[in-house]
Amino acid sequence: MGIEQGELFGLLGPNGAGKTTLISVLSTIVRPTTGHATVCGHDVGRDQDAVRKCIGVVFQDPSLDDELTGEENLDFHGRLYGIDAETRARRIDEVLDLVELIDRRHDLVKTYSGGMRRRLEIARGLLHRPEVLFLDEPTLGLDPQTRRRIWNHILDLKDSYGTTIILTTHYMDEADQLCSRIAIIDHGKIIALDTPEAMKAALGGDLLELGIADPDPEFVKTIRSVPEVAQVSVQEDKLMVTVENGESFIPRLLSYAHDHDAPIGWVSMRKPNLEDVFINLTGREIRDEAIKEPGDRIRIFLRRKNK
Amino acid sequence: MNFIGTVYTLWLRETTRFKRNKSRLIGSMALPLLFLVVLGAGFGGFFRYRGNVSYMEFIGPGIVGMSLLFSSMFGGLSVLWDKQFGFLKEILVAPVSRVGIMAGITLGNVTTSMLKALVFLVALLLTGLVRVDFTGILLAMLFMVLISASFVALGIAFASRMSDPHGFQLIMNFLIMPVFFLSGALFPLEGLPGWLTVLTYLDPLTYGIDGLRFAFGGPHQFSPLMNLVVLVSFLGTTTVVGVALFKRMTA
Repeated sequence: MGIEQGELFGLLGPNGAGKTTLISVLSTIVRPTTGHATVCGHDVGRDQDAVRKCIGVVFQDPSLDDELTGEENLDFHGRLYGIDAETRARRIDEVLDLVELIDRRHDLVKTYSGGMRRRLEIARGLLHRPEVLFLDEPTLGLDPQTRRRIWNHILDLKDSYGTTIILTTHYMDEADQLCSRIAIIDHGKIIALDTPEAMKAALGGDLLELGIADPDPEFVKTIRSVPEVAQVSVQEDKLMVTVENGESFIPRLLSYAHDHDAPIGWVSMRKPNLEDVFINLTGREIRDEAIKEPGDRIRIFLRRKNK
Repeated sequence: MNFIGTVYTLWLRETTRFKRNKSRLIGSMALPLLFLVVLGAGFGGFFRYRGNVSYMEFIGPGIVGMSLLFSSMFGGLSVLWDKQFGFLKEILVAPVSRVGIMAGITLGNVTTSMLKALVFLVALLLTGLVRVDFTGILLAMLFMVLISASFVALGIAFASRMSDPHGFQLIMNFLIMPVFFLSGALFPLEGLPGWLTVLTYLDPLTYGIDGLRFAFGGPHQFSPLMNLVVLVSFLGTTTVVGVALFKRMTA
């Protein structure tokens, strides 16, 4: 697979799927065991320094020095990346302004909230103007308002500097709204790679859910025989139907139900989302695993503790 | 980025954190002070060494060595906290040399450990427990830097291999404490039982503290040259091992 310059590319999958490992390999933290990858034309296994020069990384877990101020954390970073004093001072002002932390610049990071830390980490990732920015679960454990603000910042950046952004997330809606293309990863393998629109379209239309327990097999058979229907699946207390033009299909569906004396409690219709794409590809829900993963809970706990 | 710049950046971080944390400074000096005052006064009545050396005078250099040992080892082991709190990733993903990073961490911690030890030294000078001339001070500083750098490097070596801070207690009990007690900081090296003599001679800190005793014009066991040779070899070994392990470390 390849990621284009200036693209906002999403890596999606449950925790433990291999997203962070992939980011670790691409950012030279971990050496690849098999296969090879290049970033900005440099091999991540052989030419680590050249790769490090052109990337910025916002890690999934916190990576700030609590006992330094926000500004000192940025200054440390700027020095390590060899930015001269004058440029450093100017860019620190610039990125602090961007993430709205300028009035807290002289406060120790240990007094920052989780969202502020995240914003500082994002500011730091941008300080040396990387060609490629890796964002590993940048909004994990944050409240919805902070999430939205961080996303606005990231979109700003992409537009102002033309940075290529690769992000991992298990928030499907986030990936759906932001990414130009998405790779879905499960058990260390890429199982789908396309634009979010194409992925959803491939499911074959709208999703209808009917509240009905143990539906009559004849009724299910009738629905299946309709040419516009792409998929029908029977679940415990509901029936899921994927169909083109769901709006106009509902009246027909109800008349079939009437013909078969099928007791439908309720009907709902929605456009498919990436969650549905994931379920369709793997047969599982992404969120189930996200919660079951013990590492996730510890990470959220650590973040809370650090607030 | 150039090597010196990397070293300076890491050094600057260590010293900035140190300046900010007065309580930790006081905390780290409490234990050596307790040893000096309580042991010094407690054993003072029984102890006469080579005629006229009081116990407090005797353990003065030992306590300076103790302060260096503790703060240097913990300084090196602080890499483990950086690993735990994720800051190490930020350092390791930067396009800079690993040796430069390690050199900066080492120099930073040598600086802060030296400052703590110098506070003791000044206190000892002011109370007249140590009398020293200018060349003695220079020689003492040389031994102090050698002790500190060796144990910072050793701490970094351990931190590179360990994955979580639970090992701290283990290192405290099975490394730092034995190294301190076997170094002759608290007792003269003469007339010990054979097994204890062997152990004290195997302890690198023994030569550091003996060197300090010499620099301060006190009673000492080995020639200063021998002390220097042993310490420099120890520093060489811990640095080589530390660099090798640090280079291989992943955050």
